[in-house]
Amino acid sequence: MTEKENLYQYLLLLGDHVMILGHRLSELCGHGPSLETDIALTNISLDLYGQTRTYFQYAASIKGEDATEDSIAFLRYSNEYRSSLLVEQPNEDFAYVIGRQFLFDSYHLLLLEKLVDSNDENIAAIARKSIKEVRYHLRFSSEWVKRLGDGTQESHDKIQKAIDYLLAYAGELTTSVDLEKEAAKAGYGFDPEQLKETYWQNVKETLAEATLSIPEIDWSHSGGKSGIHSEHFGYILADLQYMQRAYPDMAW
Amino acid sequence: MTITKETVEEILWLVSDPEIPVLSIMDMGIVRKIELAEDHVIITITPTYSGCPAMDEISSDIKKKLKNHDIDAKVISVLSPAWTTDWITANGREKLEKYGIAPPLSHTADKRALLDNERIVKCTNCGSTNTVMVSQFGSTACKALFKCEDCLEPFDYFKCL
Repeated sequence: MTEKENLYQYLLLLGDHVMILGHRLSELCGHGPSLETDIALTNISLDLYGQTRTYFQYAASIKGEDATEDSIAFLRYSNEYRSSLLVEQPNEDFAYVIGRQFLFDSYHLLLLEKLVDSNDENIAAIARKSIKEVRYHLRFSSEWVKRLGDGTQESHDKIQKAIDYLLAYAGELTTSVDLEKEAAKAGYGFDPEQLKETYWQNVKETLAEATLSIPEIDWSHSGGKSGIHSEHFGYILADLQYMQRAYPDMAW
Repeated sequence: MTITKETVEEILWLVSDPEIPVLSIMDMGIVRKIELAEDHVIITITPTYSGCPAMDEISSDIKKKLKNHDIDAKVISVLSPAWTTDWITANGREKLEKYGIAPPLSHTADKRALLDNERIVKCTNCGSTNTVMVSQFGSTACKALFKCEDCLEPFDYFKCL
């Protein structure tokens, strides 16, 4: 992969994570368990979509030709999206939504803390902007993990079930793929492998505070970052891309 | 007519954030730079939040208002340095409060109000600090929702960023 192509793919990897999670949260618009949580989740979705746009606008300028933020978001095939399997997991119930958000936010904040020092001015600027928003996201999701875990027997059981399921997907976030290693070597990216220890330490601390038990797993589902997605992904793309595929180049 | 920075600035004071119509974008600290070029002006703005849906509207409103004075404008959006609530002017904070949005506290007080639920945010309706947070996320990304326990009115609080 040329250096330029690696930068482009790395931007897709950063942007795809926030776009796919933002999409999952947007599905909850008007369907949240209460008005306040509904608004909170869609606000977070909006932040994530804003971040996606900045990554894709930059990616489009790298790619050149006719690429735009929209063509990058809407006109790729499933194997060209580089988001981890965690963020495409379905909403199931509120516990799954919070569990997924917490596991991602914990990683997202650590990553952005490193990317603010990227030697690529644009990536550093996006990170410095996003990090302020992501601190609020993590605050929200970890507070809810604690409230559900340390709440009633029913809420405890539900968040425990969600965490047991989702933890098997979290490992992919801090397992690096080649293009992340290249990005780290070139200085504009960061190798997530180096976040692993702090990540699990932080996650376990919050889970313990939430009185949740932590299943010991030493493996993780993975593949998303290399474009190998689960069945859920096709449905997400069908929803996301329908308009652009049916009416090419349509605009608001 | 010769265009000066002052004339441009005066016009920009008339452009408001559509989500908070009482505040000019100058009060918000969104306008970062005004440059005069040969036959147009270049206005540099920065978004409050990445996903702020008002940015496109603000940008086209700037162009429209300047065009009314026969000034062509190019609007550039930059992310760095990232916007902070500290850039809201004193006058802007006052206008916010009158409008019914409690202005942001200092960073440490903001944490105490949002995390420890300490009763320090002043109700915009009756002035009491006997208030509680209902939700960390309010009607827009930049606000949290509060309720006054004295007059029982709900109100927005502009979060520190």
